[in-house]
Amino acid sequence: MTKLVSHVPEGPLEDKWRSHKNNIRVVSPANKRKLEIIVVGTGLGGASAAASLGELGYNVKVFCISDSPRRAHSIAAQGGINAAKNYQNDNDSVYRLFHDTIKGGDYRSREANVYRLAEVSNNIIDQCVAQGVPFGRDYGGLLDNRSFGGSQVSRTFYARGQTGQQLLLGAYAALNRQVAKGSVKSYPRHEMLDLVVIDGEARGIIARNLVTGKIERFGAHAVVIATGGYGNCYFLSTYAMTCNGSAIWQCYKKGAYFANPGFAQIHPTCIPVEGDQQSKLTLMSESLRNDGRIWVPKKIEDAKKLQAGEIRGSQIPEEDRDYYLERRYPAFGNLVPRDVASRAAKERCDAGFGVNNTGKAVFLDFRTAIERLGRDVIEARYGNLFQMYEKITAVDAYQEPMMIYPAIHYTMGGLWVDYNLQCTVPGLYAIGEANFSDHGGNRLGASALMQGLADGYFILPYTIGDYLAGQIQVPKTDTDHPAFEEAEKAITDKINKLFNVKGKRSVDSFHKELGHIMWEYVGMARNEEGLKKGIEEIRKLRKEYWQNVRVPGENNEFNQELEKALRVADFMEIGELMALDALNRRESCGGHFREEMQTEEGETKRDDENFMYVSAWEYTGDDQEPNYHKEPLKYEFVKVATRNYKE
Amino acid sequence: MDFTLKIWRQKNAKSKGRFETYQVKNISPDSSFLEMMDILNEQLVNEGVDPVAVSKGCKDKNTDPVAFDHDCREGICGICSLYINGRAHGPDDDITTCQLYMRKFKDGETITIEPWRNRGFPVLKDLVVDRGAYDKILQAGGFVSVNTGGVPDANSIPVQKEKADESMDAAACVGCGACAATCKNGSAMLFVAARVSSLALLPQGKVEGARRAKAMVAKMDELGFGSCTNTRACELECPKQISISHIARLNREFLLAKLKD
Repeated sequence: MTKLVSHVPEGPLEDKWRSHKNNIRVVSPANKRKLEIIVVGTGLGGASAAASLGELGYNVKVFCISDSPRRAHSIAAQGGINAAKNYQNDNDSVYRLFHDTIKGGDYRSREANVYRLAEVSNNIIDQCVAQGVPFGRDYGGLLDNRSFGGSQVSRTFYARGQTGQQLLLGAYAALNRQVAKGSVKSYPRHEMLDLVVIDGEARGIIARNLVTGKIERFGAHAVVIATGGYGNCYFLSTYAMTCNGSAIWQCYKKGAYFANPGFAQIHPTCIPVEGDQQSKLTLMSESLRNDGRIWVPKKIEDAKKLQAGEIRGSQIPEEDRDYYLERRYPAFGNLVPRDVASRAAKERCDAGFGVNNTGKAVFLDFRTAIERLGRDVIEARYGNLFQMYEKITAVDAYQEPMMIYPAIHYTMGGLWVDYNLQCTVPGLYAIGEANFSDHGGNRLGASALMQGLADGYFILPYTIGDYLAGQIQVPKTDTDHPAFEEAEKAITDKINKLFNVKGKRSVDSFHKELGHIMWEYVGMARNEEGLKKGIEEIRKLRKEYWQNVRVPGENNEFNQELEKALRVADFMEIGELMALDALNRRESCGGHFREEMQTEEGETKRDDENFMYVSAWEYTGDDQEPNYHKEPLKYEFVKVATRNYKE
Repeated sequence: MDFTLKIWRQKNAKSKGRFETYQVKNISPDSSFLEMMDILNEQLVNEGVDPVAVSKGCKDKNTDPVAFDHDCREGICGICSLYINGRAHGPDDDITTCQLYMRKFKDGETITIEPWRNRGFPVLKDLVVDRGAYDKILQAGGFVSVNTGGVPDANSIPVQKEKADESMDAAACVGCGACAATCKNGSAMLFVAARVSSLALLPQGKVEGARRAKAMVAKMDELGFGSCTNTRACELECPKQISISHIARLNREFLLAKLKD
């Protein structure tokens, strides 16, 4: 228990970050030149951190699994980034953004961290504009905003439907500038396979060069993990194909606690599953809920006809449509948070009102908006999303309503970090989606980009200095140290073991089966029996994996099957911890919905008395029950309340 | 749907490559092109050997799964890079390969799949090429020289909406390399122009406009890309419809830089 010290500074909420910055140590320019930092991952968090640390004068090594840092999956975020600028004069403020985020997370995130996030949100917008990010503007030349779920003000900045891309290109450009200067060395097509800990402190990583297959050692004074979430555990998700949980999982196995692993976000507006050849699900931006209205038929006969393909959505008259979000949540309507919208869609489909051949889809309709604003306006706002929808489904969404269904999109859980973003292993930091700290049980839309950049540009570069100030006498890490030998040997053994199984099933077939188990038992609605069953099934599958997987080729070459095999081996273990965490949390909160714990209206029912804490799991050995730790959450400044999006 | 696939196979950067033929069956018209490739690879892993090849006596046929770059599969990361039936990103307009669907092909068709063709993009394995050159070009100047922190308020400099929109048009580039792979001169001009023009249109980027253009063009030449002769093939194949008018703006910035020399 002693390890879970949050290091949240004393004092009033609005003074905490300022006074903390005043009190932490800094490193002089001459000493920064002597210190080395490894950053793993180049999404918004990793790229912005590596660039900012390079600017400060540290020696940075940055790793990414793609051919270029620009491919990181932050690039796929469509709708926007939140900031409390109050440019719209709609009474927004740092406090309001903080409060919306805490409430959206269903009171399971750390108050001080979330307040700091809201505080630095405004700096992010300034920074990005200075970098040349072409945000949407109005005719007066000033920045425009749109609305997102879980909020009643317009605070979301956007660059068409490609906000993540533009912010990442900004951070990537800043990174490129440092690479050119020589302060950052970039290692594309490298995958971290282990963390190296010497005398209790993070001192480097083992990585595989994905082109040559060579296992390489890299030493440093500190390691920053920015490798995103682990939602690909479910196989079908909105994540990119290479997104994986292996880096954080190795950190967990080297002593970093894993917090709230069971908190995964299911996004309500994705293109529905189409068939068993499908490899991923495509998101339709939440921004569409600004103008799109979600509905299913009121009459079950109409739903049956839609499922049989006898009629189309546009043929159902207005009075026979059930705009169920507007009906159930009058105050927020179509802009309720994601977990609420997802469950409401599932509820209607489970009741038989689904609108496609699988019965697992609802309509997202723009007819009202097109009548009100004209097709031109809708096209200017969402043109690329309508085009994407048409390419995938061959349906013109200007004529027919879109069909959508919830899908796995984000993981709120991640490595446990303190206020400094440091893990339970000294010298190891986790930023962005890879940590757990800011989103509680549910993340609000347009907040992932905000957190990645807040951590990378404005928080980590300060807080890591406090640790590194104590490292200035420490010599360069020797990669011949026995800890490196041992880590490298363990990796080589694991790879050889995988090749030697020589079984009959492909890695993908196992991954798909794992995904089915996860979606069935650890998905949108969970219960005790199902979770126990899920754990059992995962264990069975994992056993078969190590007896029957077939990994072709060899290690010392470009081998995508081996890459997948290593990642799926970890997903099999991560999935079990997710289920275990969900089993232990006998309450419903945010995206974690335990069927046993719900209100009469079918809303989540929290149990603040027993579960107002962050769960943090400590690895104790393979096939052994991990230790369960709790970080109690104290709300000193907000009144904890039941989430209400009705009035 | 059934297809015959002629795929470029090459063990690594140093070895010689050649085409191999494979069959895939029962592909859904709603599957994406990359999902069809997944099915082929699943088949190759499961069979270990290709029964068709064995029956025809080609024992030395390459039956390892085919390496190809792919990631987001929603048309935004820019990593996918296949030359399909002689076209970058295949027979559909304004898409990357991952957004190409099998309904665009005829049942029974033979499909030829090659890696990007350009001297600047050497093949690493099969259909995977090295696009590190694009990173290097951007490192030469594709940024605004500001550090983190100490910047003015975002609304302190108004930007004409039309200019911001045009900047966004150019910034939509995903860095896939289709332009350079399509150009008969092997020029990366559209890629370079997209970045130079996007930044030159904004007051924040304008400051270094001329210097940036000069540095990036020099790097492009150094890395072995060809010159632009305005054939406009790049514009046609660009998945993000980036216009060659941005090349005109690049030329203007470049000329300005040269005049100052």
